[in-house]
Amino acid sequence: MAGKNPLTFQELLFTLQRFWAEHGCVLQQPYDVEVGAGTMSPDTFLRVLGPKPISIAYAQPSRRPADGRYGENPNRLYRHTQLQVILKPPPERVQELYLESLIAIGIDLAQHDIKFEEDNWEWPVGGAWGVGWQVMLDGQEITQFTYFQQCGGMDLDPISGEITYGLERIAQFLQDLDSIYEIVWSRDPATGRELTYGQVRLHEEQQFSAYSFDYADVPSLWKHLELYEDECKTLLMKFWALVDSLLTERERETSFAECAPLQERMLRFPTLGAYELALKCSHTFNLLDARGAISVTERVGVMARIRNLVVGVAKIYAEQGRLTTPSALI
Amino acid sequence: MPDFLLELGLEEIPARMIASAQAELQRRTVALLEREHLLADDYTAASYSTPRRLTVHLTGLISQQSDIREDTTGPAIKIAFKDGFPTAAAEAFARKSGVQVSELRTVSTPKGDYLAATTVKRGRSAAEVLAAELPKEIAAIYWAKNMYWRAGKPERFVRPVLWIACILGDSVVPLIFAGKTAGRASYGHRVLSSGNAFEIVSPQSYLAQLEGEYVLADVEVRRHKIRKALDHVTRTIPNARWREDEALVDTVTHLTEWPDVLLGNFERAYLPLPEEVLVTVMRDHQKYFAVEDAMGKLAPHFLTVTNIALNAENAEVIRQGNERVLRARFNDARFFWDFDQRVPLVKRVKLLENVTFQKDLGSYAAKTERVWEICKVLEGLTQARGFTVDFNALKDATFLAKTDLTTELVKEFTELQGVIGGLYAEAQGLSQKTCDAIKDQYLPMSAAERVPRSYEGSILGIADRIDTIAGMFMLGMEPSGSKDPFALRRAANAIVRILAESGLPLRLPDVINAVTPALAIAEKLKAFFYDRIDFYLRESHLLAYDVVKAVMAAGADDLPDTIARAQAVTSMRGDEQFLAVSATVKRIKNILSQANFDLTAPLIDYTPAGGPEGNLMHKSAEIQVKVNELSKRYAYREALEAISTIRPEVDTFFEKVMVMDPDLNIRKQRLTVLATVVCSFSNIADFSEIVIAG
Repeated sequence: MAGKNPLTFQELLFTLQRFWAEHGCVLQQPYDVEVGAGTMSPDTFLRVLGPKPISIAYAQPSRRPADGRYGENPNRLYRHTQLQVILKPPPERVQELYLESLIAIGIDLAQHDIKFEEDNWEWPVGGAWGVGWQVMLDGQEITQFTYFQQCGGMDLDPISGEITYGLERIAQFLQDLDSIYEIVWSRDPATGRELTYGQVRLHEEQQFSAYSFDYADVPSLWKHLELYEDECKTLLMKFWALVDSLLTERERETSFAECAPLQERMLRFPTLGAYELALKCSHTFNLLDARGAISVTERVGVMARIRNLVVGVAKIYAEQGRLTTPSALI
Repeated sequence: MPDFLLELGLEEIPARMIASAQAELQRRTVALLEREHLLADDYTAASYSTPRRLTVHLTGLISQQSDIREDTTGPAIKIAFKDGFPTAAAEAFARKSGVQVSELRTVSTPKGDYLAATTVKRGRSAAEVLAAELPKEIAAIYWAKNMYWRAGKPERFVRPVLWIACILGDSVVPLIFAGKTAGRASYGHRVLSSGNAFEIVSPQSYLAQLEGEYVLADVEVRRHKIRKALDHVTRTIPNARWREDEALVDTVTHLTEWPDVLLGNFERAYLPLPEEVLVTVMRDHQKYFAVEDAMGKLAPHFLTVTNIALNAENAEVIRQGNERVLRARFNDARFFWDFDQRVPLVKRVKLLENVTFQKDLGSYAAKTERVWEICKVLEGLTQARGFTVDFNALKDATFLAKTDLTTELVKEFTELQGVIGGLYAEAQGLSQKTCDAIKDQYLPMSAAERVPRSYEGSILGIADRIDTIAGMFMLGMEPSGSKDPFALRRAANAIVRILAESGLPLRLPDVINAVTPALAIAEKLKAFFYDRIDFYLRESHLLAYDVVKAVMAAGADDLPDTIARAQAVTSMRGDEQFLAVSATVKRIKNILSQANFDLTAPLIDYTPAGGPEGNLMHKSAEIQVKVNELSKRYAYREALEAISTIRPEVDTFFEKVMVMDPDLNIRKQRLTVLATVVCSFSNIADFSEIVIAG
């Protein structure tokens, strides 16, 4: 429909990555811990904190156990793929830039109906929210466009612009298909042989749906949740203890040179490790939820526990950034 | 007299916020110019908007304020000068007036000689005022949700500002807002125009120039175009019409700059799904208009409003895209519909034990038990008063009312809770009365919606809400000020409307007593409901506040009766006799209150022999008999007319009788006569509350 030779799934990914690389983005690899959305990757969630500008783009496989359908529903997936772009701060006329990216993947804007409809994003567990739009193309939501306002309960300055493309939906749209599984993933240039999304990923959908809904061992999941939570909490406490001890030591130091080791110890504190533990908790929670193991009453409580971790990590990340900029240590 | 034009160019404004912001921008601009004396008497104001711009266009500006001379009086001469030299007081006054002491004058007044100054406030030009003041007005526009975007967070606004055009007559007013300096550049449609900026020639040419750039900036023009296109496209299907939906027309008008309408189709195989589900998917999720046949039944078509001009080439592509999306959504809905049926509602009652209603108020299963207790009381009262209620239908409906919260379809379409329960109940063969009551339990959700269609639905709706309200009050979580996190006011508004409009023979105390024996809570609830009744009478019946106050002073427990009284009082407001009686009641109440007469205590037994006192007493008794008779059949207008006939007797009484007789006994008797008169009318309204104009 959108041209004679619509892009394959992998060409779609290449094209968008190239587009954003050409517009100054660092291309990062997908994060290798389970996340429910590209927003949860530290490349978004943590990098939007603090004053340092960054433009970054990456594909992010996103797992949502409760959305699994054993590969039987043509429009829902246990694991879908987002292309996440973070522009901090967002450039002027960022919407136009986004529309150019659509042209790059073969969408002739004059041939379609495109609308920016209000859609505000919120991730209460991360104390994060923003305002923006869902971008509608011929009635299909293809992108979530958000101006981050707060993260970890902290106001952001500068803010970040976040563009999240739903790659399966866009590929389905470009290739004019009713089922995700029919999407042409790749085409061998030599033989013309095509592999479909179903051939590449169906077994994953089947097996992970079965795991999430039928096999995952609930008592073990609860145990995992507690272990991850305990370790994350311990790290958070250690961070603040380290800050206390460093500040005390610094008071005793008089020369600037002596501060370098302190800065080094602060830089090496594993905030990113603490964040991975919090992400593990979040994914474990989602699995428990898919297993139907969390009652509505418990739900609020467990979410509050994970929120404490995620927001706690955001706080120490911001503090670490502040303390390790030279002016803060002098 | 120059024209003025302001256009704010923005990234897409949320559709729901545009209309009020457009009106506010116009209102603020006009108010500013009026305040600054920069508008001629015959000025005109118009405003426009699209998702990407807010515009105001005024004619009849005055280019320049006139200078304002102001005379001010300062300290007395004897304080201002000592030994011929100016004192600190004189110098301070000169400084305040912005002149030298030598420029001050002396004025003579009856109180003596004073120092005076004449200051001239230079008038500012309209351009100066607009550049200085208009940014503040723009910044003050209310947005339901704001954002900041510039480093340092200097301002919050709905979305980033892209450009500002501001033209007075022929010239640009270079006002600055959100880091943008106004010029005359504007932009057309994102896709259809060249995308390059163009220059606005003059305020008068604005609309036509924008139209040339594929933007219809006038909201009403767009709305009209959309309606016409909806009609036009629907005519291609025999006997069909699009389902009127004013709110949706409004939304799509605010989502487009250059609207067009496209017809799409879906497979007939989806039509067996409940219409409510299909329409919700189309309307709420896709912003499509539903199409119905001549019988009003849903037809397998939809209409979508595009933001682009359609032609043979793109229409086909856009149609296919929209049809595919709708197909996927309908597939999902059908999957859930079939899936949920595997566990019938009666088997879901037990599942409610695991669904928390509120942590201190227990599960929905517990709530259901409480609601049923309330239902039984209300049902008993209703039957005792001679109205028929289907006990079994009410019971089934109550116990199944919340079971749809456990279904997948409600998780997907939360706005259809209740309706979906009713639909499943229908599919599972429950009685129509039961199904209707389940469907209607959340009605009315807003002032625009109807009350439940049956007594069973009405009783269930009242019981469910009063249980929530009383529960929250008992936990001390009643609304305060602007805080009402559990929407208890809305719940109470719904109860008030059901009591007023359902025809149920229930009064407010019936409802409150059915839920709580605790007197303190009951008192609080009554006060809370009286506030809502006051609101309802003013907002839904457009009754004047003084009339509402007057009739509510006589009690508002019986809603239909209260409305009838208020309408009667309103209809009598122009009547001279009635106004005279109102004035008299006010006078009597003043006399009684000055005499510390306790109106709530039982009256002493006193029958005057005759004369003005006797006549008044006699007439009052005669009227009361009539009024009681008329009140029974809500004939309050006639009752008020009867009351008005007391005027001659009252007038004579006040002419001939001295109420405050020195003999305390006689005084008490006469006060009693007056109190009797007031009390005999007080069941209708407290007439002393009526504000008499002039």
